[in-house]
Amino acid sequence: MNFEAVKSIYLFEMARMKRTLLQSVISPVLSTSLYFIVFGAAIGSRIEEIDGVQYGAFIVPGLMMLTLLQNSISNASFGIYFPKFIGTIYEVLSAPISFFEIVLGYVGAAATKSIILGLIILATAHLFVPIEIRHPFWMLFFLVMTAVTFSLFGFIIGIWADNFEKLQLIPLLVITPLVFLGGSFYSIQMLPEFWQKVTLANPVLYLISGFRWSFYETSDVGIGVSIGMISFFLVLCLGAIWWIFRTGYRLKT
Amino acid sequence: MTTALSIKNLSKTYKGGVTALKSVDLDIERGEILALLGPNGAGKTTMISIICGLVRPSTGTVTVEGNDIVSQYREARKLIGLVPQELHTETFETVWATVSYSRGLFGKKPNPALVEQILRDLSLYEKKDSQIIALSGGMKRRVMIAKALAHEPRILFLDEPTAGVDVELRKDMWRLVKRLRDTGVTIILTTHYIEEAEEIADRVGVIRKGELLLVEDKAELMRKLGQKQLTLDLQKPLESLPETLSHFDLKLTDDGQQIIYSYDTQANRTGIATLLSALGEADIIVKDLDTQQRSLEDIFVSLVVEEKQ
Repeated sequence: MNFEAVKSIYLFEMARMKRTLLQSVISPVLSTSLYFIVFGAAIGSRIEEIDGVQYGAFIVPGLMMLTLLQNSISNASFGIYFPKFIGTIYEVLSAPISFFEIVLGYVGAAATKSIILGLIILATAHLFVPIEIRHPFWMLFFLVMTAVTFSLFGFIIGIWADNFEKLQLIPLLVITPLVFLGGSFYSIQMLPEFWQKVTLANPVLYLISGFRWSFYETSDVGIGVSIGMISFFLVLCLGAIWWIFRTGYRLKT
Repeated sequence: MTTALSIKNLSKTYKGGVTALKSVDLDIERGEILALLGPNGAGKTTMISIICGLVRPSTGTVTVEGNDIVSQYREARKLIGLVPQELHTETFETVWATVSYSRGLFGKKPNPALVEQILRDLSLYEKKDSQIIALSGGMKRRVMIAKALAHEPRILFLDEPTAGVDVELRKDMWRLVKRLRDTGVTIILTTHYIEEAEEIADRVGVIRKGELLLVEDKAELMRKLGQKQLTLDLQKPLESLPETLSHFDLKLTDDGQQIIYSYDTQANRTGIATLLSALGEADIIVKDLDTQQRSLEDIFVSLVVEEKQ
């Protein structure tokens, strides 16, 4: 195991976060605060409680998930795409590092950034509403698993993308709608029966539901199903990355 | 001597069907400087890219100090430093950070003293805290060399290191290459410049259309490449060359206006002074003169013809 290389990639990527503090940290915090103002204050004044949880507090796990998913994907996809774009990827590919170590460095850094952001959002939310975490272990489990899984997914997008438009395509056109329609700001029980069934096809629903359960013991689907789904996504992403490195897809000719 | 790099039957055909390398065999001794000469698209970069793990070979094997580049890639790559042809550098990193990062990538623990020494050797130390985006092209080239040296490689690949750099940097680079060789580093450089090979190489390889045409000791090759031509413009055209000039290697152009004299620059005497004196004795007045060296590609072609003959 080339620990020095993993450490170098990890620290190099984390240094980028420091350089772009405004974009990396302050921007998501500001967005979350705006969501609180719009959804928490404006809509929350009309919906007092969902499943016995105050509406403002109810949306916290969904907001955290929204930030987590968007940032995991954008951090990891940009992390690997940028060296490809400027050509410095040659250095990583010619270094004595295994593919596993490359992924560990890039995805580790992307996931760490997302987790830090998630926790900052949690702290920010705490300023607006009272928050209770009934199952801290499972909260951390979902936080880490989601950050890692979607960083892996972002890494795949970064390898696949050959221009900046493609890099933004999936996060904007797929992930954001899935998060918004996956119960971030509502319980699917509030939807008509037909749309409840449609929403069950949205994989993000299971993540938000499981994460919310760890806070308030209220969920749209069983906690076991949520754990199964996030584990399934993780395995799926790992499989895709294994295939990418085995074939050298978009990395080696 | 010990073999630093051994290439056996190395071929590469890209997906589109382009064959970039054809059964290349090459052994490079430890501590030597090999210059690979060849026109654009000859296969030089493909060969280097395969050795460094950037391109997969179609057939063949490569060992670096006895380590196979596929099955023992960790051991093999640790020994290799690469300075690619293109200026690929991080944009917003500082010089110090990017060089230190390169060292870490190759599994080496931080060594600020060594990084400082490398930066000083490359006249980069004053710029250590500058962002790379603020550096000139020449400075960026130096950064790339510093990155390649950061993990103390035993074999260094320089892919056209002096393409587009000024004379000062070129000479600095030659000095650096010689210094590295003196510490036992094996250096393989690709270049278009014959004078570069002449200045620093121990052996010269000529590659064209994916085939390694020859690998020869520099002195021997320079002797072959040393032919020059002197063109003499005459005041009055000649119908034929006088008998008194028959012992010179001369050619009269069809219009009789020019005499072309071929000579060997490596010979003790070029014979130019004697020729001019003989022309004077034959009452042939020279209006102007010009010397030309064959281009590298001309030389490649003539070498191929010679080899085939």
